[in-house]
Amino acid sequence: MSGGVSFWRSAGLSLLILALFLGAWEIAVMPISGGGGAALDPEYAALLGQAAAQGGTTPMPGPSAIGVRLFELLSDPFYVRGPNDQGIGVQVAYSLLRVGAGFGLAAMVAIPLGFVIGMSPLLNAALNPFIQVLRPVSPLAWMPLALYSIKDSAISAVFVIFICSIWPMLLNTAFGVATVRREWLNVARTLEAGRWRTAIRVILPAAAPTIVTGMRISIGIAWLVIVAAEMLVGGTGIGYWVWNQWNNLSIADIVIAILMIGLVGLALDRLLGLGARAVAWRE
Amino acid sequence: MTAYVSIEGVARRFGPTTIFQDVWFGIAQGEFVCLVGHSGCGKTTILNILAGLEAPDNGAVIVDAEAITGPSLDRAVVFQGHALMPWLTAAGNVAFAISCRHRDWSRAACDAAAREALKRVGLDHAADRKPAELSGGMKQRVGIARALAIHPKMLLMDEPFSALDALTRGALQDEVARLVAESEQTGFMITHDVDEAILLADRILLMSNGPEARIAEVVLNTLPKPRTRANLHHMPGYHALRDHILDFLIARSRAFKADAPPAGWSARTVPEVSPALSAQPLAAE
Repeated sequence: MSGGVSFWRSAGLSLLILALFLGAWEIAVMPISGGGGAALDPEYAALLGQAAAQGGTTPMPGPSAIGVRLFELLSDPFYVRGPNDQGIGVQVAYSLLRVGAGFGLAAMVAIPLGFVIGMSPLLNAALNPFIQVLRPVSPLAWMPLALYSIKDSAISAVFVIFICSIWPMLLNTAFGVATVRREWLNVARTLEAGRWRTAIRVILPAAAPTIVTGMRISIGIAWLVIVAAEMLVGGTGIGYWVWNQWNNLSIADIVIAILMIGLVGLALDRLLGLGARAVAWRE
Repeated sequence: MTAYVSIEGVARRFGPTTIFQDVWFGIAQGEFVCLVGHSGCGKTTILNILAGLEAPDNGAVIVDAEAITGPSLDRAVVFQGHALMPWLTAAGNVAFAISCRHRDWSRAACDAAAREALKRVGLDHAADRKPAELSGGMKQRVGIARALAIHPKMLLMDEPFSALDALTRGALQDEVARLVAESEQTGFMITHDVDEAILLADRILLMSNGPEARIAEVVLNTLPKPRTRANLHHMPGYHALRDHILDFLIARSRAFKADAPPAGWSARTVPEVSPALSAQPLAAE
């Protein structure tokens, strides 16, 4: 059905929905005139600052306030002023680095291993129970074990990303390799292509779309998990930043972080989407 | 003429069912042999055994005086479902085969040879297209070009035209007849199209119905070459030949029983007949 909808009509409707949502939000958080907070000791108010001036509660910021804050953050995203005060760009970069390292290591293990499992029904059957038990484990459950054995929180976070992104890639690679058309393998056999040439020239391109789909699922999971992992590990990264802003009660920053996480996740998915298109084939 | 390929007592069983057994025949150098029979008699299995893709349960295939142990570049296969790799262009598919034959050739040399091979089947204009952008007939042409490009000693074809429409099939049959004649290609083809067999084959092996199938009869095709679809049915003896094969397929293929074979039949010396020859005086009248 979506094929018949013009881009401009759908984009217009999207903008309308966004405008309505932001407008309703803005109205909902508008301060009620004559509200509480008037009878405060001025000295106490000076001590507690803004929060006290608002009656001891932090109000939900409206979209306009968040917009102003977003502009502030994005006008200098890469500053570093000590370990607890770094720009949002730096934080996102840390998270991306961890995801990249964990995901890259996982790909380096999962794709060759998946290849072997897919080619050997024996190994497939032998390793299947382990994979089936380990796969449903929440990656964060590995965190204490990682912290205990690795003793380095930054590497532990990378390990958690590694362990959560390995399964979809492993299973998809094994499935893609195992289901390569018999006739293509027969062509390779009649051409005496040999194991290596068959693997690289026939099986790999045949299974590539399935493998990339696995990578796409993996990077999505990795990006979900990094936020939680960094909340636990602390120090740097967008997940840590969210938690830090919660401790600072900077609601606007949390909303901005959510937006950033969503946008970066979208970008990662699109990147692998391009990869999927590059290796796609149709009959 | 000694046989280049010799199939000796080959059998194939699936569990307790014997699809065929005691199959003996030979193919001489430069000879084109067609195997005709109904579905389920194990034709494709025989071709796969010849190609080395399957192992027989009994017997052996001897090529160049040696028993085969697996597939070989000397025996190229044209598959029923073209079996082109969809991520490669037509030229890429052929070049892959060439690069397997000539490991030391550069990429450019393989590509040039692939385009040359495609030209021979009239597809030079479509060399850079992916299989998905080719018609069924064109895909099968690429499959044939791929098989011929590696200059095999023997060409194996598994009902290569069965998935094509009648017009395309006819054009391709003429083309294959021409290519085979040009290069004196030794060939073995499976078909259930009687005219196709008469057009291409020097000898036609008739197989009885499975299970327990056998080669029941060998028909010598004495019609003169070159044969094309245009002149084939005007040749004296054509109708007798065709009727003989059709009679077999309709009635005798079912009636044949290996445990009570017709007089003069034995698995190792299957009777040869030349219906076109004996009918010639009749046709001349």
